[in-house]
Amino acid sequence: MMEPLLKVRQLSKRYGSRIGCENVSFDMYPGEVLCVVGESGSGKSTLLNTLALRTPADAGSLQYATTQGDWLDLLTLSEPRRRMLMRTEWGFVEQNPRDGLRAAVSAGANIGEPLMAVGARHYGQIRDTAAQWMDRVELDTARIDELPAAFSGGMQQRLQIARNLVTNPRLVFMDEPTAGLDVSVQARLLDLLRTLTSQLHLSALVVTHDIGVARLLAHRLMVMQHGQVVEAGLTDQVLDDPQHPYTQLLVSSVLPV
Amino acid sequence: MTLTATGTDTLGDVAKRDVAQRDFAANDALMLRALGISKTFTLHPQGGVQIPALHKVDLDVSRGECIVLVGPSGAGKSSLLRCLYGNYLASAGAIYVRGSALSTTAAAGGATVGAAVGVAAANRGAPADRSAPVDERAQDGHGTAVCTELTHASPHQVIALRRQTLGYVSQFLHVIPRVSTLSIVAEPLVLRGIGAREAEDRARALLSRLMVPQRLWTLPPATFSGGEQQRVNIARGLIAEHPILLLDEPTASLDAENRDVVAELIVEARERGAAIVGIFHDEETRNKVATRRLELKPVLRAVA
Repeated sequence: MMEPLLKVRQLSKRYGSRIGCENVSFDMYPGEVLCVVGESGSGKSTLLNTLALRTPADAGSLQYATTQGDWLDLLTLSEPRRRMLMRTEWGFVEQNPRDGLRAAVSAGANIGEPLMAVGARHYGQIRDTAAQWMDRVELDTARIDELPAAFSGGMQQRLQIARNLVTNPRLVFMDEPTAGLDVSVQARLLDLLRTLTSQLHLSALVVTHDIGVARLLAHRLMVMQHGQVVEAGLTDQVLDDPQHPYTQLLVSSVLPV
Repeated sequence: MTLTATGTDTLGDVAKRDVAQRDFAANDALMLRALGISKTFTLHPQGGVQIPALHKVDLDVSRGECIVLVGPSGAGKSSLLRCLYGNYLASAGAIYVRGSALSTTAAAGGATVGAAVGVAAANRGAPADRSAPVDERAQDGHGTAVCTELTHASPHQVIALRRQTLGYVSQFLHVIPRVSTLSIVAEPLVLRGIGAREAEDRARALLSRLMVPQRLWTLPPATFSGGEQQRVNIARGLIAEHPILLLDEPTASLDAENRDVVAELIVEARERGAAIVGIFHDEETRNKVATRRLELKPVLRAVA
């Protein structure tokens, strides 16, 4: 049976009396890309950080299917167990690649480190794997020993993606992965993400304010406003036949090219 | 969040639907059954104005049939196709599709989908008198067939149905930057688990048949002419030989020679046993491909 990978029920996170996100419920399946869209302050980043266990939830439940087929209660997970999950099965692509890379080590080392963290020891193999991944994300392998600062923003973002995917995670969280990049760079990155998520059968939860990104990448879409999910469904259905007033407003506001 | 429904189901409607659903499950030749499909758009940013598009449309499509939707512009033909594809949410009615919502992605290799109902179905807030189940197994003489009721299916199930059963050729090509024509056309096969090389061979064959010049195959179609884009779109829609095909004006921008090729492809699909629903503006193509016509009339006012 194709069971969900992640079960979210009534998840809520507040900042004092302010609502971050409230009563969010959904399932995520293996191999699917889910985009969360909304404008600034909609709660999408709060949701992402709560799901990725970076910030504690105030209410609700969060369950994750382990490779053995058991359900793991994520909200009561111990710290070491959480860290192991982040290392071995999850990834998190930050909006600013500098937040997701280690500036002090080379491009190759940035990709190799997660492998070492899960037990890889053979230096030659680690280096080869790093080179393969640089190739995959269209980075010049001759630059494997250069520091991240030597690369452009778009290249750094691709490096961050390689660093996250090298351990073959099952679930990757992405926070506005293309924000701040030039359009042509965006297109290239989106193409890469689209290909990789499909080839690797990856589940990805992508937060974005850009509906075009959602249209391109996502199988499913969740629209957030004021901390609530106001609409959810198939990407093409939500964008072509929006039901909620806010979704209709968002879709009609996109500038045509 | 509530869905605006204009057609309220009476008890008679529900009973009629239960019978129709059982009949559908038992009749193996019937691939798609739409019952009482209504669609009204509520435009909230424009003060909540309601635009009715469809009113209680019934449609049965069997293997080997090609039903052509006819009617004036604005009659709801495209809207009906989009409801059948799950691209539009029907405001009322049921759509039964003979096809499993089994998810058979390349990596999953035959894993079946559970009965988990996605947030979309929950958000639609199924009214109390809708009794259509998400998934129903029906035994017929050919063994177990699975029928899915589309309007209550989860996004996950609709995706699986579209991969295996429901094919759609939209009116305009949805262009993705950087992706070559060949990749676009091969993609439906790749998604089914067919190897890239075989998928690309089949894509080349179909593009040749549709007379799309070879020099264009490695290019993204954004800069192609309307007719070229349309043929790429058609190739992508037909390549996986879906058992049910929904075609929205596939020949609108084509010259006579290209129209003939497309008509041939559609007739071949029909003769292969596909169940087809299509919109064609030119009479000649209609005559070649249609086995039946369904006339749609514009809905004149919202039904209370």
